[in-house]
Amino acid sequence: MSIWEYANPKKFMQTSAWVLPWVTGLAFVTLVLGLTWGFFFTGDDYRQGSTVKIIFIHVPAALMAINAWLMMLVCSLIWLIRRHHVSALAAKAAAPVGVTMTLIALFTGAIWGQPMWGTWWAWDPRLTSFLILFLFYLGYIALWEAIEDPDTAADLTSVLCLVGSVFALLSRYAVNFWNQGLHQGASLSLAPGERMAMTFKLPLYVAMTGFVLLFVALVLIRTRTEIRARRLRALEARGRMG
Amino acid sequence: MVELGKYAGTVLGAYGVALGLILGLVWLTLWQGKRMRRRLEATERELGIDG
Repeated sequence: MSIWEYANPKKFMQTSAWVLPWVTGLAFVTLVLGLTWGFFFTGDDYRQGSTVKIIFIHVPAALMAINAWLMMLVCSLIWLIRRHHVSALAAKAAAPVGVTMTLIALFTGAIWGQPMWGTWWAWDPRLTSFLILFLFYLGYIALWEAIEDPDTAADLTSVLCLVGSVFALLSRYAVNFWNQGLHQGASLSLAPGERMAMTFKLPLYVAMTGFVLLFVALVLIRTRTEIRARRLRALEARGRMG
Repeated sequence: MVELGKYAGTVLGAYGVALGLILGLVWLTLWQGKRMRRRLEATERELGIDG
């Protein structure tokens, strides 16, 4: 069986209908577990006090903000190379989820930054690249809405996605290139240095799993909606032609 | 109840904004999905197509 079978909208609809309840259920359980564990059953950090609890939403949201764009990049490349409509629609479906995750990362970062850094915002490399990523998401969504022909819209948004990928990667690695910023390095890293305690790390992993599964569930639902919208347009066109 | 100390507003504000945005996105996704399914079913019925 080939992965390209799922490029067939009918096959995608059948498989996603079967997978969706499981992914949604798992997303709900892991999100509730991770956030409850992190909020109620972890202590305060010796430097950051109770604000450390914000990590359980800030880091998973930032993770998904970047990875949603990278998923859109893969789908855009598949569209540009193989012209599979489901991949273009999946990229379109992921954008509103990605922009929400970026907004959550920016908001929670500002709320967290105020008591820790003494400012809501700084033109720090990571913060700035995240803001630019947010603007790319808005541009990507606006471009889909602005162009009437779906194939042309898919072509142009795919090119925009390729360009925006630079900022998605910068958002992830900016702290490694420029170290003059306020933002700390990666929260979870294999590199030697300061380590996060297991009491924070375990619920953070669960919350991150919950955010990944929530993203998958939402993208599946939204892709199914986009496939139905495409079929509706085709039927309406057929109806108009008599 | 969890003790948040002097940062209670900060922590609750961050969780409130995040959960509000997530719930809003979930509601919008489900609403758009349901609306599109109904429109497609209505059009298929109109054209006599078995979806």
